[in-house]
Parts: sequence; structure tokens; C-alpha cells
Amino acid sequence: MGKASFVIRRILQLVVTLWAVGTVLFGLFRLMPGDPTSYVVSSQMTQEAREQIIASYGLDQPLHVQYIKFLENLATLQFGQSFHSNQPVTDVIATYLPNTLLLMLTAFITAYAIGITLGVLSGWYRGSRFEKNAVIVALTARSVPTFYVGLIVLWIFGANLGVIPMSGMTSLGSQQTGFWQMVFSLDFLHHLLAPALVLGFYFMGYPLLIMRSSMLEVLSEDFIDVCRAKGLKERTIMFRHAARNALLPIVTAAAIALGYAVGGSVLIETVFAWPGIGREMVRAVLRRDFPVAQGTFMVLAATIIFLNFVADLAYGYLDPRVTYD
Amino acid sequence: MAQEEHSTRSIFADLDDTGSSDEEINKWQRTARLWQETLRDHWGKLTDELSVKLSLLTVAAFVLVAIFAPFIATHQPLQRQYQGDAEIIIDKWAEPSILGADTPYILGTTAEGFDIFSQLVYGTRAALMVGLIAAVFTAGIGTLVGLVAGYYGGKVDDALMRLVDFLYGMPLLPTVIVLVAVLGPNLWNIIFALIILQWRSTARVIRSQALSLRERPFVKAAEVAGAGDWHIISRHLAPNVLPLTFLYGSFGIAWAILAEAGVSFIGLGDPNTVSWGTMLQASRAYSALQFGAWWWFVPPGICIGLLVISGFLIGRGYEEITNPKLQ
Repeated sequence: MGKASFVIRRILQLVVTLWAVGTVLFGLFRLMPGDPTSYVVSSQMTQEAREQIIASYGLDQPLHVQYIKFLENLATLQFGQSFHSNQPVTDVIATYLPNTLLLMLTAFITAYAIGITLGVLSGWYRGSRFEKNAVIVALTARSVPTFYVGLIVLWIFGANLGVIPMSGMTSLGSQQTGFWQMVFSLDFLHHLLAPALVLGFYFMGYPLLIMRSSMLEVLSEDFIDVCRAKGLKERTIMFRHAARNALLPIVTAAAIALGYAVGGSVLIETVFAWPGIGREMVRAVLRRDFPVAQGTFMVLAATIIFLNFVADLAYGYLDPRVTYD
Repeated sequence: MAQEEHSTRSIFADLDDTGSSDEEINKWQRTARLWQETLRDHWGKLTDELSVKLSLLTVAAFVLVAIFAPFIATHQPLQRQYQGDAEIIIDKWAEPSILGADTPYILGTTAEGFDIFSQLVYGTRAALMVGLIAAVFTAGIGTLVGLVAGYYGGKVDDALMRLVDFLYGMPLLPTVIVLVAVLGPNLWNIIFALIILQWRSTARVIRSQALSLRERPFVKAAEVAGAGDWHIISRHLAPNVLPLTFLYGSFGIAWAILAEAGVSFIGLGDPNTVSWGTMLQASRAYSALQFGAWWWFVPPGICIGLLVISGFLIGRGYEEITNPKLQ
């Protein structure tokens, strides 16, 4: 099977997976205990408004009609309106998703830059004390729950020393005119520092461990000996020849991990009260704001599914040895 | 049970089962001995490393605490020790006695008047229960699905692996949160939600292992000898993937404990049981952070960290046995 048909098959699979996630979500929210319409109409609405909304969602229709309507809305990205703020859910997503991406990407890029470098070094100097410590640090970073590290950081640096803000993305009262102006303000960077570092520390372990084992594999190959025989400098061999070849597994792992990072944004955003999409999802679930919960969940799932797809394609593109069958 | 089956079964059904009940017992003895040898061998290699030894000791200590929780705990974990004047919730917690305060509470009390030390002790039960049950089921289901998919191949494999792909599309914590919100916040639902999602990784790994195992001569030989599918899967494939099952099981313990702590911390924990996650959630809800009541929120986190790190280190030690490349 050729490359084109692989891509087409993979795209089809992507669509089917998204449909499946949507379907499960449809089923789940109808399993919610209590009034089956309670997930689109809030109890505070007037009778008229309630009926109107029930009708507009097709909730007076039989289940299969509802399901088709739901899929239609999903395909056209209409998730309805929030009970809480009456905003369209798409607006809610547009407000919170960029905040999550800002935090996640900052942490992610920092973590991967540091993690990969440490991984290369610990693979190169295997058996050394440095390698042992790096592995222990990486394992520790991955096992201590991020939200707990976040709490401790907030306690020490926020409550005790007062050098970092306790919550949020910007200080109260600081009004920024535009999104990018806010991003480049000192106040924002001050708020970003702690959550990004805590997350970065957590993310760092994974690329470190993968890079280390990938380096070990590459270092046992013949071309490394050839490089040595040619009399190349150790550092040149390490970064130019070994590390570049060892990078391949990182690329796919990174794409998949980024998906889970966005999906796992729930906890760290809750701890630091970062107004991101994960925290919004939790809040929506807790206050039974089902349209928002559904919409934000779909965004988180779609991010993961899409990045898995990218990882698959990238792998075939970067490694010519991959065959499509 | 084996003897009952014996009379109704054709002697050609399975070449291993031709003999009398004597040989049946011998076969079981042989299997048991083989298992014993493998496990002893693994155990020896595993306990070679210091970090693994320490981790095993840590886990053992937690298990003991969980078993003897009623004897170790000084108070009932969910019983108010005292009340404020007229209010139900007191405004200030008792200071811990290890810091020299004149109270009967080792780690003080929470703002609701619960003894923190006892909550910590009973929290061990919740953590271990979630970790062990979730790990056994995720590793078990994952292994079974992986073996079936890898052995049968074709349509069965396709269907099962698409299901796994779909599960990989679900974000872990958000899914557990939604499931728990739908099913109701209690420990069993959290465990159930975790199991539903987490078997995916075990299934994928075991399947690829089974794919290569079924092409090996000993499986072909068993097929030619007339062994049934289930016999091959359970007697020839399963023992060979078992190290991987253990590996994913030990990682599974760690992940499950982390996830339970996270879900409870968010506020969807079981209100009727104490877990380290719910302790952290309560401490946050009452702003223990701002008041500097560190004896409330530091200990549960350390316990989570210790248990999870131990799980990962044991898993890693085991990984080095099963994958000699890493050594």
C-alpha cells in the first residue's frame, strides 16, 4: 500500500475516532442522573425559555433524532450555550484554549530542550554517576504528582516568600487591551513562571528517559565507530552524529505527549487557578454546565486524537525505512 | 474439577491430557514448579538493586499500615474531635503535638475537626485499594485482549485494536472526571473509570508481543499437535508475556494512585472515605496554604509521592530484567 492510501486511511480513522468519542459523550451525558433534559436547560430558566431550548435541541424528539442532531452540531462545531454565562460554548473555548496552549507550550518547549540535552548526555556518559542521578531525577519528576508540587511551590514561594502570585494569569485590575499585549506584559510572565516551571519539571522526565535509551541504541551502531576512526571530536560525534539519529523516537513521543499534556491540563490549571480549558471543564462538570463540559471535553479529546495522527504521519515522513502496509 | 471433565473428554482432544489423574497432578506440579523457579529467579534479580529493595520495603510498610490502620490510628478519621461554640465547622484547627502543642493530635486537626494523623493512616487503605484493584484489572484485561488480538489476528485483531485506538483518544483525567460525575463520586466508580481507560497500553504491548510469539516454532508445534486455541493462549503464550503483564501492573498501581489523588483533589472524591487526595482537597478548600498549616497538606503529598515513586522504581527494575537491552 502506498503512502497516499496510508494517509487517506489514517484520515478516515481520525474521523471515525472523533465520531466514536462524540457518541460516547452523547451517551454519557444522557446517563446523568435526574431529568434527562437537565443537561441543556438550567433550572433557573423560565418555563418558556426552557421549552424553547428543549425544542431547539430537539429534546422533545426520540433518541435517534437527538443523536443525529447531536452529530450535526458536532460536525458544525455548535456546542450550544453555557448555562452559567449564556455565552456560546465556542466563545468559551476560544477564550480559554489559548491560555492553556500558552502555558503548555512554554512548559513543553523548555522541558523538551532540557530533557533532550540531559538525555543525550546521560546516554553518552552511561554508567557514570551523572547518568544515575539524571535517571533518578527523571523518575522522581514523573512520579510526584504535579498538582502537589504546584501546591508546595505556591506555599513556599507564594504564601511564605511572596515572590509569585497565588493564582490566575494576570493581576486583578490590570486591564490589557489585546491578547498579545497581555502575553508580553511583565505581569503575565510573572504569573506564568511558577506553573510553567512546575509543569516543565514534570514533562522533562519523559524525553530524558527516551533520549537516553535511544542514544544507547544508536551508540552501539557501526557508524559511531567510523566517526571515531575518522578522528572526529567527541562532542561532534555526540551531538552531530549520535544525537541526531537518536532523535527520531522523540518526535513521535513528543507529539503524543503534547496531546496528553493539553488533555491533562486539568490539575495544574486548577492548582494555579490558571484560566485554561482544563480548569473550565472541571468547573463546568462541577456546576453541571453540560454544554460547556461537552464542548471543552471534545476539544481536549480532539487535540489528543489530532496529535496522534500527526505523530503517525511524522514518523513515516522522517524515517524512510517505515513501510506502509 | 479436572477429573470431572476427564471422563467426558476425548483422549485425543489434547495430547497433554491423555493420562490418568496422577499425571494430571504431575502436570500441575510441573507447572507450579516452573512458575516458582521463574518467579524466584526474577525476584532475585529484582532485589539485587538497592533502589528496588528500598521501594519494596516502602510498599511493604504502607501495606502494613493499611492492614493495621485501626490499631495505628489514634482517632476515627471522619469523626469531629470537637466543635466550635455554636457552629458546626470550627474556625481554627488544633496545632500538631509533634510541634510541641498541648493537644492529643499528633499532626493536629483539620479545619473541620478531624484528626490529620488518623486520616493519613486510613488514606493508605484507599490508595492501596485503588492502586491494587485498578492495576490487577488493567493488567489482566489488557493481557487477555492483547493475547486474543495477537493470536487470532485478522478481523478480531482489527476490531480490538480500533477499540484501543479509540481509548487512546480519550484524555485520561477529563474522562475519569466525567465518568465519576455521571456515576456518582465514590471510590468504586473512580476505580471503574480508571480500569475502563487504562488497559489500553497493556493491550497494545502484549498484542505486539503475542504477534511475534505465535510465529515461533513451539507455538506451531503445539498447533500441529492439535492443541486448541485457548490451550495455546493460556499455556504457551501467556507465560511468555507474563513479565510484561507484571511490568504494566506495577506501573498501573502508580498511575491509578496518582489519578485517584488528582480526581479527589479536584473535588470528585468519595465524601465517605478518606484518601490522600481528599485530604489535599480539604486543605486547599480551607486555605491551609495561606495559613501555613503545612502539617495538613505536606504529609499526604509525601505519602503519594513515596508510594508512586516506589511503584515506578519497581516497575523499572522489572523492565531491566524483561528487556536486557536496557541493562
